[in-house]
Amino acid sequence: MRKTASKWTAAALAFGLLLAGCSSGGNTPSGAAGEKADTGKPKDFVMGIAADAVTLDPSLQSDLVSITITSEIYETLVRYKAGSSELESDLATSWEASPDGLSWTFHLAKDVKFHDGTPFNADAFIFNFERWWDEKNPYHKGDFSPFQADFGGFKDSETCVVKDVQKIDDDTVQINLKQPFSPLLAILSQTEYGIASPEAIKKHNGDILKTPVGTGAFKFVSWTPGDKIVLEKNQDYRQPGMPKLDKLIFQVIKDNTARLNALRAGQIDLMDGLSPSDAASVKSDAKLQLYETPSNNVGYLAMNNLKPPFDNPKVRQAINMAIDKQALIDAYYYGLAEPAVTVLPSKNWAFHTDLNDYEVNVEKAKELLKEAGYPNGFSTELWAMPVARPYMPQPEQIATVLQADLKKIGIDAKIVTMDWATYTQKMKNGEHTMGLMGWAPGTWDPSNLLYTLLHSSNAKPPALNLSFYKNPQVDTLLENALKETDQTKAAELYKQAQQIIHDDAPMVPLVHTKPVLAGASYVKDFVPSPVGTPQF
Amino acid sequence: MLKYVLQRMGHLIPVLFGMSIIVFSIIHAIPGDPAEVILGQRADPEAIKTLRAQLGLDQPLHVQYFHFLERILQGDLGTSMVTKQPIVEEMVPYLAATAELAIFSMIIAVIFGVNLGILSAWRRNTWLDNGAMALALVGVSMPIFWLGLVEQWLFSVKLDWLPVLGRADVRDTITPITHFYLIDTLLAGNTGQFWSVLKHIILPGIALATIPTAIIARMTRASMLEVLKHEYIRTARAKGLHDFFVVYKHALKNAFAPVLTVIGLQLGTLLGGAVLTETIFGWPGVGLYLFNAIGARDYAVIQSGILVLATIYIVVNLIVDLLYAYFDPRIQYK
Repeated sequence: MRKTASKWTAAALAFGLLLAGCSSGGNTPSGAAGEKADTGKPKDFVMGIAADAVTLDPSLQSDLVSITITSEIYETLVRYKAGSSELESDLATSWEASPDGLSWTFHLAKDVKFHDGTPFNADAFIFNFERWWDEKNPYHKGDFSPFQADFGGFKDSETCVVKDVQKIDDDTVQINLKQPFSPLLAILSQTEYGIASPEAIKKHNGDILKTPVGTGAFKFVSWTPGDKIVLEKNQDYRQPGMPKLDKLIFQVIKDNTARLNALRAGQIDLMDGLSPSDAASVKSDAKLQLYETPSNNVGYLAMNNLKPPFDNPKVRQAINMAIDKQALIDAYYYGLAEPAVTVLPSKNWAFHTDLNDYEVNVEKAKELLKEAGYPNGFSTELWAMPVARPYMPQPEQIATVLQADLKKIGIDAKIVTMDWATYTQKMKNGEHTMGLMGWAPGTWDPSNLLYTLLHSSNAKPPALNLSFYKNPQVDTLLENALKETDQTKAAELYKQAQQIIHDDAPMVPLVHTKPVLAGASYVKDFVPSPVGTPQF
Repeated sequence: MLKYVLQRMGHLIPVLFGMSIIVFSIIHAIPGDPAEVILGQRADPEAIKTLRAQLGLDQPLHVQYFHFLERILQGDLGTSMVTKQPIVEEMVPYLAATAELAIFSMIIAVIFGVNLGILSAWRRNTWLDNGAMALALVGVSMPIFWLGLVEQWLFSVKLDWLPVLGRADVRDTITPITHFYLIDTLLAGNTGQFWSVLKHIILPGIALATIPTAIIARMTRASMLEVLKHEYIRTARAKGLHDFFVVYKHALKNAFAPVLTVIGLQLGTLLGGAVLTETIFGWPGVGLYLFNAIGARDYAVIQSGILVLATIYIVVNLIVDLLYAYFDPRIQYK
């Protein structure tokens, strides 16, 4: 499960990058679209990024920029196929779970070397795992909050789902669990579980924040904070002919328009965080191309279920009927979003396809409000974040549209906004009545959205379940789905949960957006992905 | 003279002390907890508690303040809460980037501002004067971020003359010696890189110079008009001196003291880092550095950073005051 405030705050980059297989025109962008003249110069590739990395230690990071960059340096046991929610092998060539789902065996790739020349094997994996999960490990420096949240705690914690990790032979490891845990593979696909060189970890005494050494297609060269991060080709990469680029440079350019100007002038080859409003002009520019990332996030309107009148399901249903999602998408998302029926996007394997969204119906909504005892509506607050998020490009304008929709059924909502850090903190404390928020998970596992945003265990401050929704039936379904290793059966449980949640209407799921990137037209074979895994 | 300098430096102490109290109070008054920002939203309360203790955030505010003061008095700016790096070390490259840009901009601003002001005063109430002052008004009122984006669009995207942003070509490796890239590339004898760096600094330099140019032009004009009325100017002209010498040699020197004040204040402001310009031109300066620190609630960096900037501001103004004596011999420092 994906967590951390910075993920929230940095979710501006809701995708991982697959740059290793990408080729570019080298230093000089050629005018001709597609084919580029081979200048014989080193193939340097510059990507403009909206924010700097926080750390290059994969197991500590939580912001998507750091993940984007380290995913080029580190590899994980498994990974998602490019642009898909299907897992494939990476450092593990194959794997199998025991019938009871309690023990997972991974067969590791042979003859893989870290960038420092030391071998990757079962010992290296176990060394990394011990560093992640054992708080007493001498190299466990930092909070390792991704592990703690993903696995329910560290080694000594009762709630940790991992029992132990064993070496079977040099190329085989086994992870034993205390209970079946279906998201295991999805979790291990995250760059946070990238395998670092044990020698490098020892050399730097566990502090590999600025000295990443992995097995990936690119090696770390330098990091000038606030300015750029430089990676170079791993000559000994195990996949012959890869990567196609000699150098990969990430340049920090905070301003969206300036970043686009730099792309247009050929100073950078690719940029993240394109404003949806610029998408049309990029599309029509022959020298540029637009990349749409498959949607794996949700923007929603949280209603505080603990506070009246939102403790009444009828009120919440009425609000769901009042909001016209399509109008919102047309006005502020430039077609780069799909209306949300549940928190899961339609591409997710557990999405409930037969679920019908609430229809926009003012009369029926008013009727429901009357039944709930509010024939004349009521007054409340509507919180809007102060900064654009990938799932909420213009929060205050969006809030204004919602305000107008609510007005139609007699609800008088006052728009309230405050600085981002304050905003998230107050919402986590449950000080809001209604508020805009969103979530961009790191894997395709449904629990990442459903469990995080709607399980009751996340409904106590500092909360992630910002609707403060508590339904024991839903809790049980979500918990059972976590234990179900059969994906079809798990999907069935998730569908039941989605149905109940839909009827209870604890929140208004608004949109699933497709974050867009822009690149020069000579860039080839680049596949954007909404999760942070390196792919080719 | 020395006594005056020491006295002025002495004034620094209460100013910085007051400053430190204000900064400390403000940043602790805004909601948001560095431990929570560092650990992320799913961190468990226990971990947050531990980190707060490590960072000393669990102590009462006055205790935290005195710890901070104690360190500062020992000349230790502390370490960043987020990156764990010493703040001094971390700040130098950012300060240098800002200083390089600020000085470059001030040179542009002084050259254009002073001459524009002189021209206006000299040709008072002509279309030249009116035009120059209208230009100055536009300069003062123009939103810098907008100007910056237009510059980029025109000179980089359309005309392809200058790079859009950055301090240097990202593909170049510049070995920092002074952290002033124009100087570093010259020291390294790499003229190719020097030209590249120079090209990079022009657009942000112009954007940042706009406001100071306009202010300096107005001040120069006003001050020159005052001086040009004096008897000795008439005498100089009567002697048959060319107008050019009268204006630049006799009048300007006497008119320059108030202009110098403005230059000092403007330079002080520019050295504080211009977040907007730095953002648009991808300039890794101190404005961005502090802006990021505020977002991360990195109290240590915010406190120390602002103190450093305040000190620079005060020192720049002290230097300006000392320069007065050169322009106006009637001023003596005792």
